[in-house]
Amino acid sequence: MPPALNLYPLLKMDPLIKMSCMIKSLLLGALLLLGSGSVSAYTLEEFQFDSPEQQTEFRELIAKLRCLVCQNESLAGSQAELAQDLRNEVYRMMRAGQSQDEILDFLVERYGDFVLYDPPLKPSTYLLWFGPFVLIGIAGFVVVRTILSKKRAADEPISASEQERLQALLDNSPDSPSSSSRST
Amino acid sequence: MSKSVRFLIPLIIFGALVILLVIGLGKDPSKVPSPLIGKHVPVFSLPELTDPSRSVSNEDLKGQISLVNVWASWCGSCRQEHQALMALSKETDFQVVGLNWKDAAQDALAVLRMTGNPYAMVGYDPDNKVGLHWGVYGAPETFVVDQAGIIRYKHIGPIDRKVWEETLQPLVAQLKAEGA
Repeated sequence: MPPALNLYPLLKMDPLIKMSCMIKSLLLGALLLLGSGSVSAYTLEEFQFDSPEQQTEFRELIAKLRCLVCQNESLAGSQAELAQDLRNEVYRMMRAGQSQDEILDFLVERYGDFVLYDPPLKPSTYLLWFGPFVLIGIAGFVVVRTILSKKRAADEPISASEQERLQALLDNSPDSPSSSSRST
Repeated sequence: MSKSVRFLIPLIIFGALVILLVIGLGKDPSKVPSPLIGKHVPVFSLPELTDPSRSVSNEDLKGQISLVNVWASWCGSCRQEHQALMALSKETDFQVVGLNWKDAAQDALAVLRMTGNPYAMVGYDPDNKVGLHWGVYGAPETFVVDQAGIIRYKHIGPIDRKVWEETLQPLVAQLKAEGA
């Protein structure tokens, strides 16, 4: 059984140890497999709330925010130290009576839109939000147009000269009944 | 539209998509652009690391160009860029200001004692009180602040010769020309 592992240096981000998030997860996984109970993971227990509603609000809020160190984790899920700093800040602001929007704006002003899991709708993100629908629209238009033009071509009666040419082809064809004995 | 051109269209679209994806691959997702560019530095006041009786505040970043370097003793890349900072500290066009981030004072002081102190002053921010307002999410990070105290650029990661020559030096020269 390993002694309490000090994960502290791994949790601080540094471009050289960008892999720390992954390593940390692996370490945690390995320790869990070994049945060690000595990993000190963050829990919500350390935050005190006046009411269950407040706790729910806090959980909702930190789930909306991205940890900038382990970028595929929300503040709610991340063990990175920066995430803990930001959770503390969110908690402090919430206790100070600030609204969800105020807290989100505060963080966006400092860390940018990337801190939000849901990208906001604004001119620079129009392509992101509407691009897929525009593409589906274009694809749908092309498909419908192709089908319609095929159908129209099939329905069009052939002209007299085309009819004549077709007849000539049929007559000369080895498969045509008039010239072939192979047909059964 | 002739038939041959029509057959080329999917190829062209595919080519454009490939170019887009290749550009995307070349970008480093860990470098998040700062929304603070073009804004005044956040109001702050921190004790000076080497002399806690003094303080470092946003007022110290006015009147001259500053490179505000976020560093810590636990950060390996900071050691990597330390020599570059030492060289830059000899320049007179700007001051190099340190922001010692999430660090212990004795560890940080030991680093400065052993490898030299490139900073005109170092704000001591052990619990990310000020770093949070600067949108710091890792070390090293370096902000370029102009004479009016406006953040003009943020470099994420260590400063090396290439970064200095290609990005920071031209920017400093430009700011100097603007201010003169």
